[in-house]
Amino acid sequence: MEINYAIETNDLSIHYGNFTAVKDVSIKIERQKITAIIGPSGCGKSTLLRAFNRMNDFVPNSRVTGEVLLHGNNLYGRNVDPVEARRRIGMVFQKPNPFPKSIYENIAWGARINGFKGSMDELVEESLRGAALWDEVKDNLKESAYALSGGQQQRLCIARTIAIQPEIILMDEPASALDPISTLRIEELMQELKKNYSIIIVTHNMQQAARASDFTAMMMIDDNRSGGVIEFGETRTLFTRPTDKRTEDYVTGRFG
Amino acid sequence: MNQKPDHFPEGENFYASLRTRYRVAAIWQTLFFSALLIAIVALTALLYNVMDGAFGYVAFDYKKDPAAFTSIPMNELTKEDLLVILKENLSPGAYNKLDNERKMETRAEGELYTLFLERLVQIDTKATWSMTDSLFRSAEIRAEAAEKYPGAQLEFRSWLTPQFLTTPMSSKAEFAGVRTAVLGSLWLVGIAILFAMPVGVGAAIYLHEYAPKNWLTSIIQTNITNLAGVPSIVYGMLGLAVFVRGMEALTSGAAFGVTDSNGRTVLSAGLTMGILVLPLIIINAQEAVRAVPDSLRQAAYGVGATRLQTVWHHVLPNALPGILTGSILAVSRALGETAPLIVVGASTFISLDPASPFSKFTALPIQIYQWTTRPQSEFHAIAASAIIVLLALLLTLNAAAILLRNRFQRKW
Amino acid sequence: MLFIMKRSFDLSKKPRPGESLIEALLFAAGVLSVFVTVAIVFELGKEAMLFFADPDMTWVKFFTMTKWQPGIGQYGIWALVSATMTTSVIAILIALPLGLASAVYLSEYASHRARSILKPVLEILAGIPTVVYGYFALLFVTPILKNIFKDGIQVYNMLSAGLVMGIMILPLIASMSEDALNAVPRSLREGAYAMGATKLETSLQIVLPAALSGIGAAVIVGISRAVGETMIVAVAAGAGPNFSFNPLDAAETMTGHIARISGGDLSYNTIDYTSLFAIALMLFLVTLTLNLVSQWIVNRFRERYE
Repeated sequence: MEINYAIETNDLSIHYGNFTAVKDVSIKIERQKITAIIGPSGCGKSTLLRAFNRMNDFVPNSRVTGEVLLHGNNLYGRNVDPVEARRRIGMVFQKPNPFPKSIYENIAWGARINGFKGSMDELVEESLRGAALWDEVKDNLKESAYALSGGQQQRLCIARTIAIQPEIILMDEPASALDPISTLRIEELMQELKKNYSIIIVTHNMQQAARASDFTAMMMIDDNRSGGVIEFGETRTLFTRPTDKRTEDYVTGRFG
Repeated sequence: MNQKPDHFPEGENFYASLRTRYRVAAIWQTLFFSALLIAIVALTALLYNVMDGAFGYVAFDYKKDPAAFTSIPMNELTKEDLLVILKENLSPGAYNKLDNERKMETRAEGELYTLFLERLVQIDTKATWSMTDSLFRSAEIRAEAAEKYPGAQLEFRSWLTPQFLTTPMSSKAEFAGVRTAVLGSLWLVGIAILFAMPVGVGAAIYLHEYAPKNWLTSIIQTNITNLAGVPSIVYGMLGLAVFVRGMEALTSGAAFGVTDSNGRTVLSAGLTMGILVLPLIIINAQEAVRAVPDSLRQAAYGVGATRLQTVWHHVLPNALPGILTGSILAVSRALGETAPLIVVGASTFISLDPASPFSKFTALPIQIYQWTTRPQSEFHAIAASAIIVLLALLLTLNAAAILLRNRFQRKW
Repeated sequence: MLFIMKRSFDLSKKPRPGESLIEALLFAAGVLSVFVTVAIVFELGKEAMLFFADPDMTWVKFFTMTKWQPGIGQYGIWALVSATMTTSVIAILIALPLGLASAVYLSEYASHRARSILKPVLEILAGIPTVVYGYFALLFVTPILKNIFKDGIQVYNMLSAGLVMGIMILPLIASMSEDALNAVPRSLREGAYAMGATKLETSLQIVLPAALSGIGAAVIVGISRAVGETMIVAVAAGAGPNFSFNPLDAAETMTGHIARISGGDLSYNTIDYTSLFAIALMLFLVTLTLNLVSQWIVNRFRERYE
């Protein structure tokens, strides 16, 4: 069976000026699976994740070499439009960042700018259901999103991401600012979401990676402080029989 | 979840809509930039307008024929000739008055020539033209002048001359200068800063180093912010009520034996201006004091310094460049303020240099205001020249502030 | 070198008269600013009360007459307020769109290099004395308007003064709005970009609404500045109260009136004198209210993101 990958990278490196933040990453991320990126802080996890939907474009002096392939097309190719790319690859951030609008508008906005033609009410409801938030907010959709709790805000951000129907959802430590209960809800939600979406999640929480992900990429910095993927594979294998000594040290907590 | 991809434009439809979005984005970006472009155009127009007014052709005539005074051509007159001519033709009273002000023999040739033009032949400006017109339409101007003002002479003139800076006020635009006004402005600003700087810096130090966090402190702080937003003319009214009228005995100098003055003195105006720039100085000084890192204070306390010693030996010296920069900016604000001076009663016509705090005064912006509102175009020309002088002063001050800031800028 | 303290030492508080004196002086300097405000209210209020207490002056006349000349019993404040309103509205109509657009460009679009060129232009505009703007209004803008409107416009007119006042206020609104836009956290912009928004959609639909209260504060300060501005209107708007909202007419604002009357020969204890204080008090109260509202908005806005 031919596996159709969600994202493939070939020798992907990300530079800030003269500094190489991420070096020579070549991984294949499977569709409708959860792939975790783990590693110590400062190893370039978020930088790598942001390269998948060209969010690094906004960092001055940043430069990308190598390839990020989506359906065989290089995301950094000459004809690729970053706006189009981001519409296909949604992103959920570390801290919930709802727009200063109503709950309804938070979801409708992205769909509207992307030319959504169907029934907006339906889309809002579907998206909120998809993010397991509908029951909590259905009676006050006109209220400001800032009235929600942190965990609800983060699920709202997931809802607005799935409202534009991307193929891939990137999550940058989505639960790091949340309490344990909210964290659990997000993890449960991820299991639901992977039926329709490919998910890549950055986490510093190894238990979370072990619990929630199907595949794991282990990142580590080299002597030049450039981050790289030192091991990539099924989560079960990586956590139980790591091939790299450094991975073993890290996942068993003997790192540093 | 039931996906409905058909509700989102796909493929060519998506690209078509994306192209539209980019087109709209480009139009708006152009609009945003145009706003700044308009600001640049406005600034350019303003500066150009001022330059345009200060130079250009002038058509003038003499009320009395120079030949009636001397047979020597005007441009060949020597100092000796001029002395003789002036002595013979001025009334003895007028001559003696001039001689008493300063001995005629000690005056420069240029000055005597000016007197000759002003008092005897009485130059009469018929028309002035802008610099642009003078440069690009000189032939038409010649024709126009010849037709409208037969017998008048046409001359390209810079209204801004060295004499313009050194001669006092005159009722004739051709002979007026800004000497009195510049000196008045300097007195004014000097008094303002002498008052406002110690008080302002003191207030800033009190607020940052001493003040407890209580309601009084927060009232003071809010109050300072609000004072910075009070219209300048209101300060003028305050100055009129308090300094000019209420404290007339002090500000007129009557208490010190000066008898020929009322409260409308340079001292009243300077104090008014000092009150006006006080909030600015406090705010800037607070910023400078705040920028001094706490580690420095702690180090000083750590070796047993008292609060005053800490402030005097460590905080103040390190905050000084910032305080000075802020004060220079306050000075430039005071230099350009006009409205409060009108209210506290700047004299519009005054030709004596201010000699003491109790002198009547005029100031550069007051002269600009006066000359701008006169109907005759030659006054507009000297208003433009005075504006150039004022802007040059402000430019110098701001350059000094920037230099000071760069020179002493520290990375903590 | 080491030496051991054998002497017992005294840690009790010692009087430091010098320190206390200086501290008292510094405190006095801090409190002086409050006295300035008190003095403004008191001095302006004292004379204004004399005006309002004049038996001939009634509130009905004050608010219903359309002519202002207290010396001959005309107390219609609208004659001055109309001009203040007209010039201020024109100024804001110019300064708000231009200032806001400049702010959006500077904060969202401009490269570092472009900023370093464009920002000083605004700073220079902000530093030009208002009397120079007055010259510019009367001798540059008015002739242009005269060419456009021919005989429809008077030599002194509120349009010219208002337009130039707009240019004067533009840098203020631009810099305050830019601060407000910069205070919008980066995460909101990123959130919008991640939804596939273009820069324009992000700026106009996410960042701008998020900064709206700060921009509101900027507009209010702008209005306050326009209401209190004197020299441009004194030079270009007209000399003589005129109840009119027509920008092409000559009319005198509250500030312009104070400047003209106080610039002439004004004797104390006349109604002309006290009436000026009444106008000044109104100006003070209006601008103070506007500034307080603006600060209140800014403070509330800060709390939301911090």
